[in-house]
Amino acid sequence: MTTTEEATLTTTQLYRLYIKATPEAIWDAITKPEWNERYGYRGRGEYDLRPGGRYLATANEQMQAMGMPEQLVDGEVIEADPPRKLVQTWRALWDPDLMAEGPTRVTWEIEEETAGIVRLTVTHELEGAPKHAAQVASTAPIEQGGGGWLWILSDLKTLVESETI
Amino acid sequence: MTDDDRVFKALADPTRRFLLDRLFARDGRTLTELESELEMTRFGVMKHLRVLEDAGLVVARRQGREKLHFLNPMPIRLIHDRWIDKYTERQVSALANLKSELEETA
Repeated sequence: MTTTEEATLTTTQLYRLYIKATPEAIWDAITKPEWNERYGYRGRGEYDLRPGGRYLATANEQMQAMGMPEQLVDGEVIEADPPRKLVQTWRALWDPDLMAEGPTRVTWEIEEETAGIVRLTVTHELEGAPKHAAQVASTAPIEQGGGGWLWILSDLKTLVESETI
Repeated sequence: MTDDDRVFKALADPTRRFLLDRLFARDGRTLTELESELEMTRFGVMKHLRVLEDAGLVVARRQGREKLHFLNPMPIRLIHDRWIDKYTERQVSALANLKSELEETA
């Protein structure tokens, strides 16, 4: 698995995509549990949107039946500037080795390119967290637990573009 | 030219694929670092990076005094979702599995 080993050297991962939506719709899709539980892994992410506020993503019943713990990801809100920028810490809880790496940092940037088109950039800083890096960059098939940010964000795009928030 | 055309055009060149591979191995590199791995003038590398940036496959960000280049794998994933997923997901992953099995036993 040379690629995985190589990928772990990466300390910052960047994902940028364009979505036909308003900045507000993207902000809600990221921060509101009734939206964020509908794409990607279908975990429910709750944010207390102020500096120092808590972030917690929980597994649904189906995920728990597959052996995932109830609490999936925790973190802290560092900066919340709706609907433009969200900075948070992010720590995976489904594996003791991941938990031991401590928090990583995720920055969500929402920029309106032209009317109705938003540029979403997700930057995941993974300094000193090679196991997190391998998990979120995973290109393994989704049914094998792979997917990572590529899967989550492409699914977010599909959801938001097919629904009016 | 559509966004997809830009991605395909950008990928249709071995030097640019090499640059993407280098960024996949380690992200956030300067032009100088990337240039040192290629038998090419600085200007030539800049031109290739520009094509990759136009296609959205590379994002350059200023960090302090340096301009760092990051791989953005998202456009490839979205093309995959639209074209490959729809028709040939199963066949492609079967082929990919076969390839990795053969490579492991080799």
